[in-house]
Amino acid sequence: MTTENNQMVGDIGTKVEQFLTFELADEAYGVDILKVQEIRGWESVRKIPNTPDYIKGALNLRGSIVPIVDLRERFGMEKTDYSPVTIVIVLCVNNLHGENVMGIVADAVSDVLDIKIADIKESPKLGSKIDIRYIRGMYVGEKKMVMLLDTDKLLDSEEFEGISNS
Amino acid sequence: MSIDMEQFHQVFFEESFEGLDIMESGLLNLDLGDVDDEDINTIFRAAHSIKGGSGTFGFTAVSDFTHVMETLLDEMRDGRRLVAQQVVDVLLGSVDCLKEMLIAIQDGNDIDNSSVTEYQKALEIELNGNKEDAGAESVNNKSAEEYVEQTSVKNENEQGWNITFRPHNHLLKTGNDPVRMFRELAELGVLKSTVDFKDVPDFFDLDPEESHLSWKLKVVGDIPEIEINEIFDWVEGDSDLAILPLIEKNIETPIKTSPQVQKTITPQQTETNNKPEEENSFKAETEIKSDTKKKSKKRAKETANTSSSIRVDTGKIDTLINMVGELVITQSMLSLVGESFELSKLDQLKNGLSQLERHTRELQESVMNIRMLPISFVFSRFPRLVHDLSTKLEKKIELVLVGENTEVDKTVVELLSDPLVHLVRNSLDHGIEMPADRSAAGKPETGTITLEAYHRGGNIVIEVRDDGKGLNKDILKAKAVEKGLIDEDAVLTDKQIYELIFMAGFSTAEKVTDVSGRGVGMDVVRRNIQSLGGNIEITSELGQGSTIAIHLPLTLAILDGQSIAVGDERFIIPLGAIVESINISEEMINRVVGKGETFRLRDEYLPVVRMHDIFDVKTVKATKLTEGLVVVVDGHGMRCGLFIDDLLGQQQVVIKSLEANYRKVDGVSGATILGDGSVALILDIPGLVRLSNQ
Repeated sequence: MTTENNQMVGDIGTKVEQFLTFELADEAYGVDILKVQEIRGWESVRKIPNTPDYIKGALNLRGSIVPIVDLRERFGMEKTDYSPVTIVIVLCVNNLHGENVMGIVADAVSDVLDIKIADIKESPKLGSKIDIRYIRGMYVGEKKMVMLLDTDKLLDSEEFEGISNS
Repeated sequence: MSIDMEQFHQVFFEESFEGLDIMESGLLNLDLGDVDDEDINTIFRAAHSIKGGSGTFGFTAVSDFTHVMETLLDEMRDGRRLVAQQVVDVLLGSVDCLKEMLIAIQDGNDIDNSSVTEYQKALEIELNGNKEDAGAESVNNKSAEEYVEQTSVKNENEQGWNITFRPHNHLLKTGNDPVRMFRELAELGVLKSTVDFKDVPDFFDLDPEESHLSWKLKVVGDIPEIEINEIFDWVEGDSDLAILPLIEKNIETPIKTSPQVQKTITPQQTETNNKPEEENSFKAETEIKSDTKKKSKKRAKETANTSSSIRVDTGKIDTLINMVGELVITQSMLSLVGESFELSKLDQLKNGLSQLERHTRELQESVMNIRMLPISFVFSRFPRLVHDLSTKLEKKIELVLVGENTEVDKTVVELLSDPLVHLVRNSLDHGIEMPADRSAAGKPETGTITLEAYHRGGNIVIEVRDDGKGLNKDILKAKAVEKGLIDEDAVLTDKQIYELIFMAGFSTAEKVTDVSGRGVGMDVVRRNIQSLGGNIEITSELGQGSTIAIHLPLTLAILDGQSIAVGDERFIIPLGAIVESINISEEMINRVVGKGETFRLRDEYLPVVRMHDIFDVKTVKATKLTEGLVVVVDGHGMRCGLFIDDLLGQQQVVIKSLEANYRKVDGVSGATILGDGSVALILDIPGLVRLSNQ
């Protein structure tokens, strides 16, 4: 297992990927920038009945209906009121159903980071509020630690629990 | 420099499928007694394009197969072969087989060789059988001597052709390549070629784009002349060509003599000669068919995911472009008004806005129009179906198609075809009686099935009518009692009795055939139609026939909606589903313990669905039923009352899918965007009614 991993790192270790980082309850998270479709301010959405609380509702994004997920609530963090700096990151994710467009609500957008694949560390098994499945890895930057999210898994509608018609 | 051929494959498949459709309808339209040359030419051309295309893309299995078909068609075209039912049947079977092959290639699957060889054999039997027939007949006919000789030639050792081929200088410029032709020749048999280059000029005078060579070719093998002719088909005008058989005693080419041969044969003779074979091949045919049927079912699922395209009438696109032009003009006019606006220009502004509105609406209509296809796309498959089934069931049936040009939304067209096939099969199998029974009942022997499509209101109606024996209400009822679907002493209206046949597990056919009668089907048909937002109803008269009418909304993309308020939320109810809206009073309400609330509407008790509760919306306003509003809705014949806060405006809404980016939500059929840009959910009325009746 480890030898295999090392091999992989050797092949792609020098490759650099860009991540968009954002803040959530004073912690930094990152998503693959190629998945990001746009960033927009929070505006009120239409609630979808019989869905978990963390699905805030649906938004009209130039004619297509896009569900919005509140990441704080998704990860079981403390709720805050939406402010003028609250943003929605619209992501394009791939899953079994094909391509889905979904939005996530975050406190603020921070930065775009160039991260070498080799520098991405495996995330610790314990002490995380987020289910390990949704984490791609950790990156320890100069100032902060960034948790890199696997958006494809995180925003798979099959993964949303508590939906009445399964 | 290689071109990626993959990109053209899709076009090739589409064209080929179109070609197959042309061939199929052409074959069905062939008037057996009196064949129109143009009809056969059309079929031939379609086959030829498929052959050409598949050859270009390297689908040799397809091109080889088509080639055999083409040979047969060619004989028909030249009048060397009488067009008999049997030949047409074999050709129809081959069209099916070709379709299977193309689908297999498209899906990247292996071609099912066994069925291909079976059909190819059937075709070859037809081809060779004809020759034997002709040979046998020619014994009776002195003028056909050459034909006898030709058949006898077949048995000699050295068969083949001597070809002298001298291309004109410009042959290469016409895009023909002798090398390719020789390669094809070599595939037919053993090829020996001698090149004559005495005409080649000096090197300095040589124009590399001109051809100065000539060839003497010898092909050995049992090769029909048409195949040779075909290879040289394209160069005939651009070269001196002589094709002679190897054996000298065959003085004249059979092609020229054969029409006479055929003419002199009396029709009766052909008939007697063909009969035994006809029976045999028909049996083989049906066996093959039932086999392929299973496969095509399997395949239907696989192909469901492939991307689809639509062919649009250029006229529609022209209107669209005009409309966009108008819109741009209006827009620039409005911006001119807006640049320096003063109150005196108010009229101008109003005019401009109303123009804008009109253009937008027209634009919307013509865009929606693009999705509309004539229903003939669905209807066109039925002549074939009826033809095949009526032969199989030994019934005489005429199919009448009315209103083929009625336009329907593409989605409807796609989803309608299976239910319709089912209904037509039912009419054929259960509706129309055997010819003997029909004449006994004083009806013409030939039954009629009519497929009619027309617009009524905002709906399209499709009717399947037959003049068969009709539905027997007593038998229906007895059967339903027997199956335990209803009580023995239940009193049912005519409509309710006919509704019985839509129940799962209900079949009145005494005998289960492979056409229909298993009792699965009608319930599926109804479910399919309902999923399209339509409904289906039956009228029937015993002994006179039945009519099944399908009502469908014109388009699935836009609907008239009534927006309602529930707390702070806005929902849309499809206008067609609303029966009435009422304020109810206390004495109408009837609470059933553990079962929720009902209310009395005239002489009916309807369940109440509290929208606040099932959608979990906080409300400050109405909690008592008497304080809000109850909208009575109808979903597939069942009714219930939706308890809401208020009715807002009516508007046309464009249906957007919620599932595209999310998933299906109970009680919601889709979403739409309101005038202010916010999202509103469209209620799934049948779903809610079902929920309330549980």
